[in-house]
Amino acid sequence: MEKIYSRPKALQNRATGYCPGCLHGTTVKIIAELIDEFGIQDSTVAVLPIGCSALDCWSFETDMIISLHGRAPATATGIKRNAPEKTVIVIQGDGDLASIGLAEIMHAANRGENLTVIFMNNGIFGMTGGQMAPTTLIGQKATTAQGGRTEAHGYPMHMCEILNELKAPYYIQRCAMDSPAHVREAKKAIRKGLENQMNGKGFSFIELMSNCPTNWSMSAEKSIEYMREYTLKEFQIGVYRDGGEK
Amino acid sequence: MAKVEIRSEFCKSCKLCIMACPKDVLAVGSKVNAAGYEVVEMKEGAECIGCASCAVMCPEAAIEVYK
Amino acid sequence: MSKLFIKGNEAIAEAAVRGGCRFFAGYPITPQNEIPEYMSRRLPEVGGVFVQGESELASINMIYGAAYAGVSSLTSSSGPGLSLMAEGISSLAASGFPAVLVNMMRGGPGTGAIQGAQMDYMQATRGGGHGGYRMPVLAPGSVQEAVDLVYEAFDIAWKYMTPVLVVADGYIGSVMEAVELPPMKESKRKEFPLYTTVHLNPENPHRRSSCTMITNEVDHEEWNKVQAAKYEKMAEELVRCEEFMMEDAEYVMVAYGTSARVARNAVISLREQGIKAGLIRPILIWPYPYEALRKLDPAKVKNIFCLELSIPAQMVEDVRFGVYDRIPVTTYGRSAGLTFSEEDVEELVKKTIEGGEK
Repeated sequence: MEKIYSRPKALQNRATGYCPGCLHGTTVKIIAELIDEFGIQDSTVAVLPIGCSALDCWSFETDMIISLHGRAPATATGIKRNAPEKTVIVIQGDGDLASIGLAEIMHAANRGENLTVIFMNNGIFGMTGGQMAPTTLIGQKATTAQGGRTEAHGYPMHMCEILNELKAPYYIQRCAMDSPAHVREAKKAIRKGLENQMNGKGFSFIELMSNCPTNWSMSAEKSIEYMREYTLKEFQIGVYRDGGEK
Repeated sequence: MAKVEIRSEFCKSCKLCIMACPKDVLAVGSKVNAAGYEVVEMKEGAECIGCASCAVMCPEAAIEVYK
Repeated sequence: MSKLFIKGNEAIAEAAVRGGCRFFAGYPITPQNEIPEYMSRRLPEVGGVFVQGESELASINMIYGAAYAGVSSLTSSSGPGLSLMAEGISSLAASGFPAVLVNMMRGGPGTGAIQGAQMDYMQATRGGGHGGYRMPVLAPGSVQEAVDLVYEAFDIAWKYMTPVLVVADGYIGSVMEAVELPPMKESKRKEFPLYTTVHLNPENPHRRSSCTMITNEVDHEEWNKVQAAKYEKMAEELVRCEEFMMEDAEYVMVAYGTSARVARNAVISLREQGIKAGLIRPILIWPYPYEALRKLDPAKVKNIFCLELSIPAQMVEDVRFGVYDRIPVTTYGRSAGLTFSEEDVEELVKKTIEGGEK
């Protein structure tokens, strides 16, 4: 028998820092697979944010830097502008990117920085214990919206659609991580994002709809069902821009 | 003929692999790993088709597939 | 070498380029705007990169990335901008990343005044950001000295692997003076080894992970000890001050930057009037030249005048730490963009003498 699926080399030989069933782990794995497939382990820099995505530092076997909260696109700009031969992968969660880091992501996108940004959207602040994020659904419970988010807290922010208003971005896609077929689609999107960067095409943004079993207070299986029933209805998956065209 | 091998030291027993499997060949076993999780295993006599859906979903990259 | 008549801010920018700076990120704020303006046209000429950040937050984090990539980089701002950058400066220090920062101080606190002042002493010398780090703070007293110190700041940053802050005030930034520019240094990107790589992951020496990734408490404390030892080394090796007419001085001014220019003229004028005045001018305000104050003889020195363009007085805490109440210390200053003249200083000294003789 031939091995047809194995653990990627670009992963450290340890368990992830993530809770059981968290799709962050799946995301790190498919990025690591792509790093292996492109043979870019020695030239990749993972720019990690503050939040659960920072736990990627226990997973990637590549160069890494943890940036400050929300500022990963700025740190990545500093790296890529000075070391253009590196493949710079920015990974941010929704609290990091859509709340405190809104300015940095908008302006990195608007400058068309030659980066690949992976946006993990699970609709909640995971690491700090389940507070409301800009992406939390109306009615979805959070520790700072215990009866569920109301309109007074604003509405879920759709980052792909917002970024798609800008002229500079090259590639924008929203994927979901809820099924093997969707994960394979997400991997394809990230592959495109990395190819774009290696070909000097500019800013690629891939939003990955994810889960948070711990802070959604449900099992991993239930969190998948919740995604399909609620979050994926609010956040439509699809290609928003490919090749610089809307 | 196909099979999956689960690296028990990584498994967190989240069951996403079980949910992903179209042939229902996986189940939580009785073995507990060092981190305290009941490790998922292939069922006795199960017929794996080697689709790798379980491995694709696994957040811990704990599943290797042979075909 | 021929002299060039040039404005302070532009001289600082050119000195940075000659000192090896190849990346600049910054956000507009008065009174330092000529620095990014100059850099935007000058850096591309030498193969460098200029980015106008969308904010001071973004700018300092671009510097963080550039430093990680191994490039000599510069950002400049003024007090409010430095406050916004505080988290990033703390992280540069925490990671042991080299970078040079310029603060063209203005009147504060809050929005303050856009005219020159020296209101950021505490912010500059006591960290400014969280976590108890230290960084060298250079305080030039003229455009020529600003050029020399900014040039040297890059060497200090790489020697000690630390951010280095240059504090000048709006006057030094705005005034035009004839200066001699240093020669152009060769500048190459250098991916320096990181503590995390060298000490924590030696089997993987080609992996570069920033020090904020130390997740083991024992290793983290070990890194803090390495850093603390570095701060002590810098405190020993970087002290620098000018002592002017101090041999027989009875009335001693302590001042830095623009205040020291005024104080120096006052010393000359007072000497002409038979008053034995002298000046201690810290060239770095961290580490502080305490020894210059500790060695003062209370039997000889009658009064110390701590002069600053700041109300309240700030540097006086360091002056008192050096003097230990052995000699009376008088503070004097103006703020909000107002300055004092050498006549003001002379009057202050004479009044003190009269008061003491009553």
